[in-house]
Amino acid sequence: MTPVLEVKNLSTHFMTRRGVLKAVDDVSFTVGQREIVGLVGESGSGKSITGFSILGLVDPPGRVVSGQILFNGEDLLTKSPTAMRAIRGKRIAMIFQDPMMTLNPVLSVATQMIETVQAHDRVSRAEARARSRDALGLVGIPSPEERLDSYPHQFSGGMRQRVAIAIALLHRPDLIIADEPTTALDVTIQSQILFEIKRLAGEFGMALIWISHDLGVVAALADRIMVMYAGRIVEAGQVDGVLTAPRHPYTSGLLSAVPAAVPRGEPLRPIPGFAPSPLSRPSGCAFRDRCARATDVCATEPMLEIAADREFRCFHPHLWSAA
Amino acid sequence: MTVFVIRRFLQSIAVLILTAVIVFIGIYAIGDPAEMLIAPDASPAERAQVVASLGLDKPLWEQFFTFAWNALHGDLGRSFVFNRPSISLIFERLPATLELTLTGLVFALLLGIPLGLLSGLKPNSATDEVIMTGSIFGFSLPSFWQGMMLIMIFSVWLGWLPSTGRGQMGEFLGLHSSLFTLDGLTHLILPAINLSLFKLSLVIRLTRTGVRETMPLDFVKFARAKGISERRIVFVHVFKNILIPLITVIGLELGSMLAFAVVTETIFAWPGIGKLLIDSIMRLDRPVVVAYLLVIVSLFIFINFVVDVLYSLVDPRVRLGGAQ
Repeated sequence: MTPVLEVKNLSTHFMTRRGVLKAVDDVSFTVGQREIVGLVGESGSGKSITGFSILGLVDPPGRVVSGQILFNGEDLLTKSPTAMRAIRGKRIAMIFQDPMMTLNPVLSVATQMIETVQAHDRVSRAEARARSRDALGLVGIPSPEERLDSYPHQFSGGMRQRVAIAIALLHRPDLIIADEPTTALDVTIQSQILFEIKRLAGEFGMALIWISHDLGVVAALADRIMVMYAGRIVEAGQVDGVLTAPRHPYTSGLLSAVPAAVPRGEPLRPIPGFAPSPLSRPSGCAFRDRCARATDVCATEPMLEIAADREFRCFHPHLWSAA
Repeated sequence: MTVFVIRRFLQSIAVLILTAVIVFIGIYAIGDPAEMLIAPDASPAERAQVVASLGLDKPLWEQFFTFAWNALHGDLGRSFVFNRPSISLIFERLPATLELTLTGLVFALLLGIPLGLLSGLKPNSATDEVIMTGSIFGFSLPSFWQGMMLIMIFSVWLGWLPSTGRGQMGEFLGLHSSLFTLDGLTHLILPAINLSLFKLSLVIRLTRTGVRETMPLDFVKFARAKGISERRIVFVHVFKNILIPLITVIGLELGSMLAFAVVTETIFAWPGIGKLLIDSIMRLDRPVVVAYLLVIVSLFIFINFVVDVLYSLVDPRVRLGGAQ
């Protein structure tokens, strides 16, 4: 089965006054049909820009400088702006981080949903409205008919995120890119939204890229996980494997910085130092300044190691006995 | 809404009373209208008779309360100079000013919004630079100088447009206006442009700033992610958000355009209320000045009310009455 999405050697750079900022640097991955992939990393690691690059929504001075983004076999980077517009929202949808900001405050929910239907399908307003209402019902918004005519400020944060999800679902896309959609929400609402998205993705057979810095969320949701650091994917593999037996020191560092992963009473072990400025990344492995395992060889660029269940970029990976 | 209207109405009355008091005292302090009105060779008896007939012999507070009492009965006093009700003098002149101001405003909006959008959507481009530089001129060159230059260029050198007066007026639906005849329109063009150049610059800058502030917001990116056309994003998503500050400022500016059309009306000999005000201040014609300011204040209040109502139409987050 061909994958829904195949990203090959994608690089997205920002041409700033202070130099070239390599937000995404030679990133490759695939997303299979119906697959849920978690893209994990710290702020500034390039995970959101990866998502925007796929949709062709990188704002200047940013630009995709090289690579291929094959969506159902077609390269999105060669498409005209009009062709891309026809794909956005129709075949690939996106959900944003902050539900308070993603809906236009001065337009009613109905307007913002109907325009999405009509941007891609030639249907009457009544038909578009009916589809919008059904989508609202689908994501668990009570009395959707009345709520259609409300404005965003009349919804709570969780409800707004449900509206955004309903908009993403309007055209039953092949792929949804969710950029930290639960980060801004209360924990109880988070798990509800997570559950809903997982259910809907399964129900409609949609593939999902879930961008997050929260390993717990990704563990609960994803089939596969990709860990990004300083613009590169440093480790990728099945969720269970990566979380229980990380190969890359950065992944293990992330895991031991999560409160739930450390036995009670023991101090958390944060990763020392800070992520390097994207303007002045060290040559070789970008993580080496913060890495206890680093040696001189890390000053050269580590190649992608492909093991049975795992891909990683590291000269000194953790070794786990086959258990 | 009803609560809002009533409260607004009571506030308005307080403002009107305060205005009347301030203007009364102000004009009284400037000088004695009798000096201006009575011929220097009049006998003391004649003089006393005129002063008494105008009520100027009474103390100021008594004059004020006579005025206030009459005003409550719809009489804002008679002009000392023209010996006619001051309010009818004002309403004779008001349409000319309204016509000039509204034309100027429409011109500023019709030209300013597209130019502002153009330069906001392509910031730092050559187009943007040209528009922004032009708007600096609109801001910084004094209005009277702009007016004189317009006359110089279009009336004196090119001879395309007349420079004084209102021209021929036409009638449409019972309204008399220069807008309805070609001659009237040619007379209207220069003063309207003169009056609107400053506002045009203001509208351009407001629109540009609005576009620059709104375009990077998440909801614009989300709209793009939904596959909405760039055209709809600009004209619906962004524009409706820009309208909010635009309406506020335009409301305030419309009031000041009406009140201070004086300079333009003087340069182009436009027979509006601005010119009437200047003449009346010169002659210390207190009833006209007071009535004029009360009318202007009322207009301000009315415009602000309209702005508030428009607000609630454009911005769903604003609910009049504040009952929530």
